Amino acid sequence: MTTIEEKGAVAEVDEVDEEVAGQWTVKIRRFLVAKLPPERLIPDRQPAYMASWIYIFGALTIAALTCVILSGSLLAIEGPAWWHLSGLGLFVNSLHLWSVELFFFFMVIHLWGKFFMAAWRGNRQLTWITGVVTFLVSVGAALTGYVSQTNFDSQWISTQAKDGMNSLGIGAYFNVLNFGQMLMWHIYLLPIGVVALTGLHVLMVRTKGIVTPIGAPDDAPAEDATTAEAH
Amino acid sequence: MSTRTKKFNLDRDAAPWKGGYRPYDIAKELTVCFIAVTILVVLLAVAFGSPDDKAISIKGWSNSSQVDFAQTAITELDGTSASAQYGPPYNTNSGSTQKIGPISLEKIAGVHHAVNPPYDFVLYPLSTQTGVPALKAALATFNAASPKQQAAWEAAYETAVAKATVTPSGTLVVPAGNYGPVGVMIAGLTNMARSGALDAAMLNHAPFYTSDYTRSLLFLADGGYLAAQGDAHHLTGDQWGMMNETGSFPGQPWLWLYTFWYQIPPFTTSWAANADAMVMVLMVLLTLGLALVPFIPGVRSIPRWTRVYKIIWRDYYKGRL
Repeated sequence: MTTIEEKGAVAEVDEVDEEVAGQWTVKIRRFLVAKLPPERLIPDRQPAYMASWIYIFGALTIAALTCVILSGSLLAIEGPAWWHLSGLGLFVNSLHLWSVELFFFFMVIHLWGKFFMAAWRGNRQLTWITGVVTFLVSVGAALTGYVSQTNFDSQWISTQAKDGMNSLGIGAYFNVLNFGQMLMWHIYLLPIGVVALTGLHVLMVRTKGIVTPIGAPDDAPAEDATTAEAH
Repeated sequence: MSTRTKKFNLDRDAAPWKGGYRPYDIAKELTVCFIAVTILVVLLAVAFGSPDDKAISIKGWSNSSQVDFAQTAITELDGTSASAQYGPPYNTNSGSTQKIGPISLEKIAGVHHAVNPPYDFVLYPLSTQTGVPALKAALATFNAASPKQQAAWEAAYETAVAKATVTPSGTLVVPAGNYGPVGVMIAGLTNMARSGALDAAMLNHAPFYTSDYTRSLLFLADGGYLAAQGDAHHLTGDQWGMMNETGSFPGQPWLWLYTFWYQIPPFTTSWAANADAMVMVLMVLLTLGLALVPFIPGVRSIPRWTRVYKIIWRDYYKGRL
């Protein structure tokens, strides 16, 4: 076990000549490197308290999401009707289905794990919120998948789901009975949302680091102590 | 820039870690996770597969249940079907329009997918059948009649078709009645449906390509056949079925809380007429609450009170670090 000063993981000074010092490019690079130096973006050490199986569920969720995208991409190659006509297509569809089931299973455990760790502490509220929004967008991605299967399940689920959507006026713009629209949302818009939000969520985790145990470290400020907050 | 001080709050704040660090190979962890999940996915896919019950076609429905088809068709023609009465986003009626207090968001959003069942589901498809003189004559008679006469014929047919039967040879027999040309029209529509001519492209007015099945699905959902199939597969709302799929597959269990509200009062009693809207509003509020947990005093203290974190970080609290 090694002790490092996390705050010390600041990038080397980005020296450039005066000719380009005012560039937006240079300023953006300096901002990004200062926020996320390589040692923090892809760390090789973590605080010693990170020693529980619950920590693995974030990585498992990303792994399952990768399986969802890969199996979905295979389905996309031959088009939406392929899996009804081919044994191989049905197997790829099965891979897609079980990837999705595991993705949600891991994500929900990850979410509850973070809840019981109060992982929003220490200015990590946005990390929590992006996680919840990712879950929501994923529910939308799954629903659009179920209603664009072009089989009995999609007929049943779409005719049932339309009333909930219509009741808030959402159905006017998001028509679950429109196969073409749902397929576009399922294979393009919502996956982009899930992947982008997952990326943002992970970057936030890397930027802030993992939350310390409640009440830790032992020398944490007592109830009557104060912390500074800049405005 | 000003600086102010705030009390350290155990449910909101976290002090920087000043203890030890341990080696952590993130690339190895992600790779091992991906391999493990891939193996698990393949095993589950091989062991359980995935459901794929064929879609119900209008042709399949009308051949399997001619009486239900004819009974549904007359409700489309006389404008009493669920689709015809629905309201926004399909038409300007208000049969399924729901409110949140005095506000109807459906009405505010308005009609975006115009569906006129008498014309779209019956009169337009029949008008395309140019090679059947009796049907052409019936349609001309119907179109030339006054709305009052049309309504009288429709009512008479609706009464008669309630006692309709099907002969062993597959012919629909509707008791005699004063329903004018409507009998020939619905029989013509049934024949179209049984031949497959009424399926998706026809109902959706698509000249060739189509990707929007709004009209076909609404027509299908107006009948009793689709509902009977859903019931047989244990998929109806009161069976918690909306989150399930056919067979014993897990479906969408993450929708359990959404489906749960449909099982209990007041959503099943005093709020039943607006149940969809009220459940959606409740879920929006609960979701907002989940997203804003870090800011809600009391709720954000639950982790500290339940002390589950003592198990997660047991090594730390046992002083092993």
